[in-house]
Amino acid sequence: MAEAFKFELVSPERLLVSEQVESVVIPGAEGEMTVMAHHAPVMTTIKPGVVTVKTAAGGEERYVVFGGFADIVPSGCTLLAESAVAVKDVDRADLARRIQEAKEDATDAKDDEARSKAEQFLSQLTTLEGAILPA
Amino acid sequence: MPSLKDLRNRIASVKATQKITKAMQMVAAAKLRRAQEAAEAARPYSERMGSVLANITQAIGGGGDAPALMTGTGKDDVHLLVVCTAERGLCGGFNSQIARLARDHIRKLLAEGKQVKIICVGKKGFDILRRDYASMIIDRVDLREVKTLGFVNADAIAKKVIHLFNEGGFDICTLFYSQFKSVISQIPTAQQIIPAGVASAPAEAIDGGNAVYEYEPEPGEILSDLIPRNISVQVFRALLENVAGEMGAKMSAMDNATRNAGDMINKLSITYNRQRQAQITKELIEIISGAEAL
Repeated sequence: MAEAFKFELVSPERLLVSEQVESVVIPGAEGEMTVMAHHAPVMTTIKPGVVTVKTAAGGEERYVVFGGFADIVPSGCTLLAESAVAVKDVDRADLARRIQEAKEDATDAKDDEARSKAEQFLSQLTTLEGAILPA
Repeated sequence: MPSLKDLRNRIASVKATQKITKAMQMVAAAKLRRAQEAAEAARPYSERMGSVLANITQAIGGGGDAPALMTGTGKDDVHLLVVCTAERGLCGGFNSQIARLARDHIRKLLAEGKQVKIICVGKKGFDILRRDYASMIIDRVDLREVKTLGFVNADAIAKKVIHLFNEGGFDICTLFYSQFKSVISQIPTAQQIIPAGVASAPAEAIDGGNAVYEYEPEPGEILSDLIPRNISVQVFRALLENVAGEMGAKMSAMDNATRNAGDMINKLSITYNRQRQAQITKELIEIISGAEAL
């Protein structure tokens, strides 16, 4: 059994998770990464996606996060999410609204850089929608 | 001299008022508890944010690639004031305290020849500042419809501010809100949010041992993502403190009002009783003197 470490998932509104976990899969901005105990210190931004938490007790929990960043040190991992909800509580209407907003952003973008950024965000959101909706 | 009937009516009306203020006080107390819980729940995020920010600034070491939101435009000609107040009155000096602080600040800036722009969050601050500085108010945010304050609300305000900054609308942004100290004391506070980061720098050496971080993507890029988010967090925190402060102020204001109403009822009852007794005495005298005259 893998060693446990402390994982915290924090959104501006509340502290969602704070417990001992075995591993956490984080949707990093430059690819997914699995964090386990004694990970090298990393700081990364995250893209909209699903965080999978394997608790020390053996359970598995999944959370949807919309952007944010993670602070990983050997003794623990803190994930600051802009907004986070458990996958089972995801509000489809809310997700649809976010996608709609992203679409508007993409069409309203003034320069190429902003547009590509908005489109990237949009594609991340649609991928996310595809990943969780059948579940 | 009011008649007995007038007195009775007044006592009844003061009693009704007392019931209302009592109810408002209890509602405020319940809301205060909820607001405090919300503020408490938001604390871990802003604390972590602060430490992460300090970490990154340290990593960059004040290099040239820090985003403009952090370093500022290098000028201080145009000031933007974000004044957060409550949506409702009846909470003692809460709103006017914040407005007074903002007004003093505006006066000082104007005396120095700076240009001032104002964004009002909350109806009351808008009402007060509109009297003197209507031409400077560029926007107002209405949160009356909002039942429970979410991060989304704060984010929307922060986005507005950042958008304005990117367009070159102002150089320095200051946030005005009321710090919640306790139920009876709220401290109106001015906090500079753009350019930010000056205050978070001295938090170094807290995570002493693990200073060698790997950054993904580059620190500069993370920072440019982080700073706008930090501004949202600051605004969110200010709004939460404000709600808690408003409820605290309302609670003590209503407590005072209830007590005043009680005093008034006592005074009125004494006058009422005295007058009733006087009338009885008068009637007795009339009867007795009538009987004696026979």
